[in-house]
Amino acid sequence: MVTMTLPDWLAPYRDLMRGKAGPAQQQAMLRQLVWPLLGIALFLLLWHWAAQNIQTSLGQFPGPATVWEQTQALYQEHRQGRQQEAAFHERQEKYIETRLAQQPDWQPVRRDYTGAPTFFDQVGTSLITVMSGFLLASALAIPLGIVVGLSAGVHAAMNPLIQIFKPVSPLAWLPLVTMVVSAVYTSSDPWLAKSFLTSMFTVTLCCLWPTLLNTAVGVTSVSSDLTNVSRVLRLNAFEHVRRIVLPSALPMMFTGLRLSLGIAWMVLIAAEMLAQNPGLGKFVWDEFQNGSSQSLGRIMVAVLVIGLIGFLLDRLMLALQRFLVWDKSAAQR
Amino acid sequence: MTALLELSNVGMAFDTPTGRFEALKGVNLKIAAGEFVSLIGHSGCGKSTVLNIVAGLLRATDGGVILERREVTEPGPERAVVFQNHSLLPWLTAFENVELAVRQVFRKQKSKKEMRDWVAYNLELVHMAHAMDKTPQEISGGMKQRVGIARALAMQPRVLLMDEPFGALDALTRAHLQDSLMAIHAQLGTTVIMITHDVDEAVLLSDRIVMMSNGPSATIGEVLPVALPRPRDRLALADDPVYHRCRQKVLRFLYEKQNKVTALPSRPDPAPQQRRQA
Repeated sequence: MVTMTLPDWLAPYRDLMRGKAGPAQQQAMLRQLVWPLLGIALFLLLWHWAAQNIQTSLGQFPGPATVWEQTQALYQEHRQGRQQEAAFHERQEKYIETRLAQQPDWQPVRRDYTGAPTFFDQVGTSLITVMSGFLLASALAIPLGIVVGLSAGVHAAMNPLIQIFKPVSPLAWLPLVTMVVSAVYTSSDPWLAKSFLTSMFTVTLCCLWPTLLNTAVGVTSVSSDLTNVSRVLRLNAFEHVRRIVLPSALPMMFTGLRLSLGIAWMVLIAAEMLAQNPGLGKFVWDEFQNGSSQSLGRIMVAVLVIGLIGFLLDRLMLALQRFLVWDKSAAQR
Repeated sequence: MTALLELSNVGMAFDTPTGRFEALKGVNLKIAAGEFVSLIGHSGCGKSTVLNIVAGLLRATDGGVILERREVTEPGPERAVVFQNHSLLPWLTAFENVELAVRQVFRKQKSKKEMRDWVAYNLELVHMAHAMDKTPQEISGGMKQRVGIARALAMQPRVLLMDEPFGALDALTRAHLQDSLMAIHAQLGTTVIMITHDVDEAVLLSDRIVMMSNGPSATIGEVLPVALPRPRDRLALADDPVYHRCRQKVLRFLYEKQNKVTALPSRPDPAPQQRRQA
């Protein structure tokens, strides 16, 4: 059964609208709205004060006001970029039209717009890359985790490998992944950009492990009572996994998926930065190399956006978990 | 007596780090079709081991179990088990829990509609028709155990095995479930083996009470036939001399012959000092 529930922090307002106002609602509002807003306000003040006292070779460290200006500037640039792109396509169509009028048998060639990607384009690229890498990792880690959890032998065989590869930094993988992708993916008309594949595989390699480990733990900790039910019913191996093991392991699996997505997002930014692959990481690096007086402000915008997106991705997984997992108490946080 | 189920010379030994531990030895028991047999004994005497061997969840290290001229080698729905802690799948509703068992057992014999009706029938049998669509988290302990019984009954077992089915319930709920179980047993004539700690429960429900001696090397101490006519009524039995004699015999076995309670350690006497102060 699916029920729509309001987020916790909206609940006191719902109660107020229903005419329920009391100490409980006041407490909830205080805890869920007033204190967090106070925390943010205090942080902004501190940041503002600290920024004024830090001088760098690129000027003053950006404070909240500078960051807000730069956010607007980045949005303006994005709109300009879009207008330029539209204008380019318009010109191209006009040219094709006039030339076809003079020369009807001419085969028109349409070219793509090659302007620099805007900040928001980079955000989009990063989101697509992180989701692709995360989905690929999940597609590998969940089945593997089930097998590792089911078989003590496979677990013993895999465990040393998992323990060794789990702590490897993305930066160590990156050169290897780059070279392998270049060597193996040699199509002259690539369907997917090599840079995209490099970033994606690096993300996959780094965020595989939490899902793999948590799925395996979830599978091993299936209650022996439920296993006995399965034995009495003589469920075959496939049905046993489908009916008993998977639903039992689902809460743990989601814990792993949420950890994995968090890691994926962190790894991606680092990978893009080092490999100069399109995305938010490249934006940060380009601004750093650019070294204009606005650069630090623009980097700070990126930092905040990265944090915000990471937070939203986690909320997204939490919502999915609440929707899919039977054990609602496992998805409280 | 032609036995439906026969345990012959069943023994069970476990290898432990400190050596071989013999939990059960020489358990012999014949159970006729339709009989209700209780296993009673102190905790740790191997009652559950006997039940698990009959269920096929454990393999006896000695002797064996024969059900309808076939040796028991693995678990199966013809020996359905009602587990002590209900063991319902928490992500399925009451209906779906029973349905999982029904689909597994009757896939080839019944149509989809017949299977659904059969699930509903079994839930009605345990008076759970009103809560079919609730998940285990939404119903009480007694209701969960009812669903567990419905799931076991729905497999149409040759023998219904119950491992302290009402042990975790409060006294009133337990009485309700015992009455339901008696009614179902009368209606369906199912053969039942039930483990219990409760002397009253054993006398009320059973045709025979199998009393087990304490381990290690636990075995059957005495078997008491309960010659009370059915249907039995718990209120009428309160004054029945046969009922009391049976109860007495079981209690005597448990607390005289197999007494586990050792004398309490004598309390260190604080008296002398106090007396001096006074």
